[in-house]
Amino acid sequence: MTPTIAANPTGALQETGALKQPEWMLPDRGRVAVLCLFTTEFTLFSIFVVAYIFYIGKSLSGPMPSQVLELPIWATICLLSSSITVAIAERALKSNQIQRFKVWTGVTILLGLEFLRNTAVEWSHLIRDFHLTISTNLFGTTFYSLVGLHASHVAIGLMLLLLAFVLGLRGSMCGQARRFELLAWYWHFVDAVWVAVFTVVYVIGR
Amino acid sequence: MPSRLHEWIVTVDHKRLGILYIATSLFFFAVAGVLAALMRLQLAFPNATFVPPEVFNRLMTMHGTTMVFLVGMPFFAGLANYLTPLMIGSRDMAFPRLNAFGYWIFLFGGMLLYFSYVAGEGLAGHGTAPDVGWFAYAPLTERAFSRGASTDYWILSIILTGIGTTASAINVIATIVSMRCKGMTLARMPLFVWLMLVVSSMVLFALPPLTAGQVMLLLDRYLGAHFFDTQAGGSAVLWQHFFWVFGHPEVYILMLPGFACASEIIPVFSRKPMFGRPAMIGATIGIGMLSSGVWAHHMFSVGMTASSNIYFAVASMAVGIPTGIKIFNWLGTMYGGKIRFDTPMLFCIGFLFQFLIAGLTGIMLAVAPFDWQVTDSYFVVAHFHYVLLGGLLFTLFGGLYYWFPKATGKMLSETLGKWHFWLLVIGFHLTFDTLHFAGILGMPRRIYTYAPGRGWETLNLIASIGVIFQAAGVACLVWNIIRSLRKGKPAGSDPWDAWTLEWATASPPPEYNFAVLPEVRSSRPLWDLKHPEDPDWRYE
Amino acid sequence: MNCSLRIAGALFATAEFSFGQNVHSVANIFRPQATPADSVYNVSMLMLAICAAIFVVVGGLLTFTIVRFRRRKADDPREPAQVYGSNRIEIAWTVIPVLIVLVLGMATARAVVEVQDKRMPADALKVTVIGHQWWWEFRYPDLGIVTANELHVPLSTAAKPAVAALRLESADVAHSFWVPQLAGKTDVIPGITNNMWIDPRQAGVFLGNCAEYCGMQHANMLIRIIVEPPAEFERWAAEQKLDAAVDPHLAEARGMFLSLNCINCHTVSGTEAKGTFGPDLSHLMSRTTLGSGMIPNTQENLRAWIKDPQAIKRGNLMPNLQLNSRELDEVAKYLSSLK
Repeated sequence: MTPTIAANPTGALQETGALKQPEWMLPDRGRVAVLCLFTTEFTLFSIFVVAYIFYIGKSLSGPMPSQVLELPIWATICLLSSSITVAIAERALKSNQIQRFKVWTGVTILLGLEFLRNTAVEWSHLIRDFHLTISTNLFGTTFYSLVGLHASHVAIGLMLLLLAFVLGLRGSMCGQARRFELLAWYWHFVDAVWVAVFTVVYVIGR
Repeated sequence: MPSRLHEWIVTVDHKRLGILYIATSLFFFAVAGVLAALMRLQLAFPNATFVPPEVFNRLMTMHGTTMVFLVGMPFFAGLANYLTPLMIGSRDMAFPRLNAFGYWIFLFGGMLLYFSYVAGEGLAGHGTAPDVGWFAYAPLTERAFSRGASTDYWILSIILTGIGTTASAINVIATIVSMRCKGMTLARMPLFVWLMLVVSSMVLFALPPLTAGQVMLLLDRYLGAHFFDTQAGGSAVLWQHFFWVFGHPEVYILMLPGFACASEIIPVFSRKPMFGRPAMIGATIGIGMLSSGVWAHHMFSVGMTASSNIYFAVASMAVGIPTGIKIFNWLGTMYGGKIRFDTPMLFCIGFLFQFLIAGLTGIMLAVAPFDWQVTDSYFVVAHFHYVLLGGLLFTLFGGLYYWFPKATGKMLSETLGKWHFWLLVIGFHLTFDTLHFAGILGMPRRIYTYAPGRGWETLNLIASIGVIFQAAGVACLVWNIIRSLRKGKPAGSDPWDAWTLEWATASPPPEYNFAVLPEVRSSRPLWDLKHPEDPDWRYE
Repeated sequence: MNCSLRIAGALFATAEFSFGQNVHSVANIFRPQATPADSVYNVSMLMLAICAAIFVVVGGLLTFTIVRFRRRKADDPREPAQVYGSNRIEIAWTVIPVLIVLVLGMATARAVVEVQDKRMPADALKVTVIGHQWWWEFRYPDLGIVTANELHVPLSTAAKPAVAALRLESADVAHSFWVPQLAGKTDVIPGITNNMWIDPRQAGVFLGNCAEYCGMQHANMLIRIIVEPPAEFERWAAEQKLDAAVDPHLAEARGMFLSLNCINCHTVSGTEAKGTFGPDLSHLMSRTTLGSGMIPNTQENLRAWIKDPQAIKRGNLMPNLQLNSRELDEVAKYLSSLK
């Protein structure tokens, strides 16, 4: 076997300074993996969206979307602006401004929590006042499953953001910009899915 | 705990995990084979009472579910995880711990499925092993018609194994994209690696619809949702669409790893490079893409419009084109070569003939009107066993004989290998050639018995006799493995005089795979080394 | 054990059991006896010819290659010429399959349209087929007939074509209606209505099966289509339209039947028995089989069925009513009179 310049075990040459030209650059494996994850999640959400659209207007009884749904404007503003705040946090971490990182990660978490709180209020309103549950009719089935699927992804994201925040408090987030970037990507993805869910449920479906 | 056992349990080494995947897959293969043997015993004679209907229905559900999810998928994961790092010149997969997670969650899912047998009788004496068929059509699976927990075991175990498969796929893609050794452009990757890349990409698109459907069914059964509840306006056909959007790519996901093995074995044993490498890669990508648009050919009799039926018919025939191209290219590889008939090649030759037939019956099934007659009959059963047994299993066995020496350092016995091959060929054809005709004579599938006088008795008896030969063949394999592990001939690093990177290191490879990570200039780096006067990189 | 042997013996006779009818017991899809099955047959022959030709060519090439290019002992040890491919060959063996797909695709499209989009003639016999776990209900809405498991249709001749238009519905889970010699299968799915049609041109009994796994007794959800010349069909229809026979000598037996739970699931026209969960029994004795084609309709079998349906068709939805001997005799006697 011809002896060669041994590549870094991850296969991607990391920046080694001025000595070597990076001649064999491959994409970062974390980014590839997270993009693959987005593909599966996108497909998963698509199926629930297809079910939602297929069943529009097909409920045999019970409350109809136009009767009970209100546009969740405030929740949407919170969630979408949390994408901006997480991007700020990401940039802060990249330039090692840990304090700034902690603040903006905290703001992101609060915005995310406010989104979930809104969802909880909306659902309890629907259940208590309109008696709409997942078993009421096809609208209930598809609404709670699709919005719930999204909300669960927000919850998971929040848990990971909380983890990052706590690690940041303990000083363990130095040099972890690469990993936090992936988490930020996930958060942007969840927000993009919300745009789709919002459009299908609150605009088209109503 | 003895330290060796402990090592295997906590390992994140892709080679060990690959072996665990394949060993577990072979174990479930034996189990599912026993289930099939019991079914064939019941069907050997008309009006037999060997097993009552409820037992038969569980056997057929568990046989199908096991073979697809606990044999086919883990074999793909095992081969991909074992060989990909070795073939691309890296030290391990991109995410070794994710690899281990994928294996253990698959094992847990498999055990959960089989736990259903021992968990005791469910409500109303309905038993708890699932009995709804491996594709579990709604509304038979709704609470009203499937009481007890049997369907839930099916749902949950498939969700779990699905998570494992998806984890494997993500790992394989990240590894292939991000960890190739220097000089190994995508174009220079072994075809095996290309096929695994395409399979893994297909998994990303195909598994989520299955998971979605399972979650919806679970919501129906436990929270009173109405996704497939026809009484509340839900659609039974929607389940079929969601399932087959997964199910059709799934059969290619199952088959492509077999193509991967064939694409490595046939060139080496013909002593020629793969004929038309770029076409093979293009055809593989074509299959991957086209296969996601043909799912409703499983639903020709559901009552879709004529235009839908025509679209799916023509699209399904179109998928046959890249598949045919592959067969022709394998043929072209062998043509003009110096073919060695060692066991790996024997299995690949068997595969070529059998897959040709399987592909042709597939084209037949794409002709929607013909499908109206033979879907849900033994013709279709014969077709897909031709694909999965005659095609996939033969190539996987070929791969087993080919790479066993690399993984263990010992050769498998050629004599036992040939016995394995011929017994399997005889048994396979006895069983599945005849079953095509049972379908043509009107025998539906999934029936636990049949009346005499329909023209089915002789065919079924012959089919059942075939099982004996198949079982004998598999027994030879098992004996071969046990014996060779103990006293097989030492293999050396390159027993087959092959050309890809896995043969450039010891057998079995050290934990770090390569002392020095290689650098390549062509798709056959070892050929270049062995033939410096005529290297591949001059022609690629 | 003894019981099941006897049942096995009775079952053994079933497929050939005919009451003097001509039973086409082997349902070969390539022996079509109605136009939809003909359309399938015709396109299938083209398909088989093409596939056979491909098999001969490719299989022949494979065989030739393995024989001609096997390594021989006398061969020199050098590797053979390393050929990487040929663009011309790749194009050739891509274009030819494309052409084959086009031809087969067009033939397929034509056959699909022929069967699916056929306009039903105004005088088509309308039948509603309702699939149940594990029996078939047949209703003739225009004739006011309700029966089960055995579908009578008139023979279609060149002089007098007779189309039967079947509407398929399900009462529970997905089934599929398949009588191979007459047409391809069409699924019977709850919540949707499918349509199919047949115009059988040979008299006799055509056998079929449910072809979508529907639970425990899927295997025994059999179909018999009885094709009769128009005069005989009219006679059968006239008899079916009448209310169930009332035999004054069987008043006690009738009373016994009507006092039992049978009436909750079964209908006997002209009586208080108006249940719809199970098959209509008004003209039970006009049917040749029991249990949806499982066993011949004889006195002995009828009594055995009423005594314990679970022993014959395990898991079916008619429970063992635990009738005592006298109740059993009376009910059997009464039902035997329902011609």
